[in-house]
Order: sequence, then structure tokens, then C-alpha cells
Amino acid sequence: MKDIAQVVEDTSFELLKVAATKLPSEVKETLVKGKNETKGSLGKAQMSAIVENVELAETNIKPMCQDTGLVAFFVKIGDKFPLRSEVKEILKKATERATKNVPLRPNAVDMFEGNTKTNIGLRGYVPWFYFDLVEGDKLEIIAMPKGGGSSNVGKMKMIPPGKGIKGVKEFVVEALAAAGPLACPPYTVGVGVGGGEDMCMNLAKKALLRPLYHYHEDERIAAIEKELLQTLNQLEIGAMGLGEGPSVLDVHMEFAARHPASLPVGVVISCWALRHAGATIDKDGNVEYHPH
Amino acid sequence: MAEFHLTTPIPPEKLEEIKVGDIVYITGIVITARDEAHLKALELHEEGKKPPVDFKGNGLFHCGPVMKKNEDGSWTVVAAGPTTSARMEIFQDKFIKAFHPGIIIGKGGMMERTAKACQEEKCIYGYFTGGAALLAADRIKEVKDVFWLEELGMPECLWVYQVENFGPLTVTIDVHGGNLTEDSKKNIMKNKEKILEEMK
Ligand code: SF4
Repeated sequence: MKDIAQVVEDTSFELLKVAATKLPSEVKETLVKGKNETKGSLGKAQMSAIVENVELAETNIKPMCQDTGLVAFFVKIGDKFPLRSEVKEILKKATERATKNVPLRPNAVDMFEGNTKTNIGLRGYVPWFYFDLVEGDKLEIIAMPKGGGSSNVGKMKMIPPGKGIKGVKEFVVEALAAAGPLACPPYTVGVGVGGGEDMCMNLAKKALLRPLYHYHEDERIAAIEKELLQTLNQLEIGAMGLGEGPSVLDVHMEFAARHPASLPVGVVISCWALRHAGATIDKDGNVEYHPH
Repeated sequence: MAEFHLTTPIPPEKLEEIKVGDIVYITGIVITARDEAHLKALELHEEGKKPPVDFKGNGLFHCGPVMKKNEDGSWTVVAAGPTTSARMEIFQDKFIKAFHPGIIIGKGGMMERTAKACQEEKCIYGYFTGGAALLAADRIKEVKDVFWLEELGMPECLWVYQVENFGPLTVTIDVHGGNLTEDSKKNIMKNKEKILEEMK
């Protein structure tokens, strides 16, 4: 019998390490393609440096960026999986271990006590957990660290419902123009529409987990994603915001029902370092890492 | 576009030759400082005291690195890419006037106040590819010193690095009043207006 708690901890540690050191393969491929297609020496120099850096990280198993982010976990717990509330403590333990051993930069700062040095907040909210209860006997964990620079350009707006989908698109364009060179472009953009002021941001973040170039199953939404991808590249932000090379790699949207009186829109922007890694563990402790 | 290999302390006359869009590499001393280290250094300056390290002619690096302590007490750089410089805009001009760094290294570029101080006091801004922490770490040859570690923590304290051919840095602010990222931002805003006008 495997010690299931230990398996969960070791797996989560591994996920934090993989996320920090290795980009999902399709993200890397897209960056390489972007580099090859970039004309202009300013943009080319930036894209080459990004790609060279990503390769150094992968080969040496070191964090690709010094900002290893604020840690969040997306967790789905199956009804018949042997662990339940303990998962939270186990994930915190894995985070603390990864902070020491990968190492990750200690990024959890308490307003009154300063940096906790462990990436664990003192008030129970960091790492942030998105828990979901599902059928079955498995546990799915996705680790998603997100850098401060790229989080700083996130935006939320309650737009008048009368503005409809055009209003949504306008706001996304405004958010990206405001981000400009600030958060290490080329960007990947997650947009959440509906729900409420909190849910739209959650959905926007979740949208970033969808692999690049996998568009929404609702064709109407997929069409808007593709349209926005084109439009946003016309902003000419360019690699590192110097106007040359790709501005946005992809746009993903999620929609929820909204209140008749409100149309919340959340925009979450990822830098070139779009980091996440996932695995599924069954009730006997067998681990299956998601394609990365 | 020209390429320059500079050694610290960088003489102000040398900076006159460099223009926005040029690429520079630095050999010598580069010191990390983010928000809190800027504030603390400026506080000391106002009290007539000096910070523990001299910035004059050296590289000032907007960076919060990941460092690892070795068993013998020395330090290894794990990752050391630039942080967003815009946060330092509110006091960078004061810092330049007080401490006269030769080159500021960061990402995302800086705005009018900094560009003005750069022109007046002879300083340039070098854009290091954001997040390229390992490229940077690769060019850091020695960790010479660390100050304020206990008080400010690993990302915020002052790390003094000996670097070799640190770069490529794209000059986006020169001593002649040029500012590439501000130009790019204006272009982005112009494009935004056009997109919004045509949007269906
Ligand atoms: S925006 Fe992303 S790549 Fe840039 S410093 Fe932050 S985490 Fe790193």
C-alpha cells in the first residue's frame, strides 16, 4: 500500500518544479515560431533571448524566471478519493518544500509581518486553491504559479450590459493597450465574461489553462477568440513592448451566465512565461502526469 | 544600431556616444535594488548618511533574484532577471540625482521623469529581456556582497554582483532625451484608437 498523502505531496512538489522550469511544449513551440517570424533587429534580439532562456531553464532544471510567482492550485477531488480536506495541508507542505528545494522565490508577503519566506500566507489564503468536487476516485492537481508583473496588468470592469459583446471586445483591447510593454510580452490572454465581479476573474485565469490554439467548443465564442487574437496583434505591442514581433500568442474566453443588470468582464494576462503543470492520481496512488 | 561593451564605472563621456536602439554589454559592478531598497537608500540620503555601497557609474539593476546559500556561507545566483521598472518611476529621478548610477537595468522601460533625470545627470536605461533570469545569472560571475538581507528579504535587498558581458541590453533611454518604450507606447495608443473606431 502506498502512502497516499506522500504520493500527493511528492507529485505536487514535482508539478511546482516542472511548472517553474519547463514551459508546456506548445507554448515553447509558439515562441520559437514567433522568433523565426520576427522581422526587425529589436524584436529578434528579444525573442532570441526568451527562447535561449527557456532552453537554459529546461536543460539545467532551473526556474525560467526569477519571479516564480504566487502559487495557485486547481484541484478536483473525486468523491471516492481517499483524501479530502487533508489535501490542502499537503499542498502547502509541497509548496514549502518546493520553495526550499527547486528553489522558488519566497513571494508571499504579509501586510504586517513581511515576507513569510515560505510562499505560504499567514492568513490561510496563499497558496490559493480552486477546489472542485467531482465524481470518481481520482484527484487532479494543476499547479499554476503566476508572476507579479503579469498579474499587475490584469483588469476587471462591470460594463453596461447594453454595450454587449462589442463592449467586451473594447475592454479587452483597452486592457492590452494599457499593459503595453509592462508585463513581458508576447502575452497570452484569458477573458472571463459573466458570473459576477469575482467569478469573471476566476474564469479568465482558468481560460489560460486551455492549451494554445484550442478554441472554445461553442463556435460563436471561438470566432470571437480568433477575432480578438488578430485585433490585439494590430496593437503592435511586440516582443517586450518594443513594437516588433508577436504581441499576443493566443486569446481564450470563458462565459458564465450573468445577472440581467450586469456584464462583468475579467481580463487576466500572462507573460511569455505561461506556466502550469498537472497530474492525476488514482485511489491507489498511481500518478499520471498530463502531457506537458 | 551600434553595439557597445562598457566597463564600470562608466564615464559620462562614453554615455554620450550611445543612442536608443543600441545594444550594450556591461562588465564590472551591478547592484540590485527594487522598491524598498530605493526608499531606504533615499531615506539615508535625506538624513545625510550613505548607503553601504557606491552606485556611482555602476549598474543599478531592478531585480529581485532567487539566491541559494552554499554550505560555506557564500551565495549562488539561481535566477536574476529584471523586474518591472515602472514601479520605480516615482523616485528614480531622485535616486539618479543622489547616487549617479551609470546605467539602470530593468524591464518595461521608464517614463518622462526618469528620462529627464537621465538627460540631466548622464545616465542611460538598458532593457534586459524580461524574465530572462538564467541568461542574466549566466553572466554574473561573482556575488561580491549583500546588504539589508535580514531587514528587506531576498528579493528586495541589495546584491552586489561582479558581471561579465552582462546583456544584451537594449538602450531605451539615452542621455539625449530619447525614450524608445514611450515611443512604442504612443504607437500602441494610436493603434488602439484606430481599432476601437473600426470595431463592430
Ligand atoms: S512578467 Fe512573467 S516573465 Fe516577466 S518577470 Fe514577471 S513572471 Fe517573469
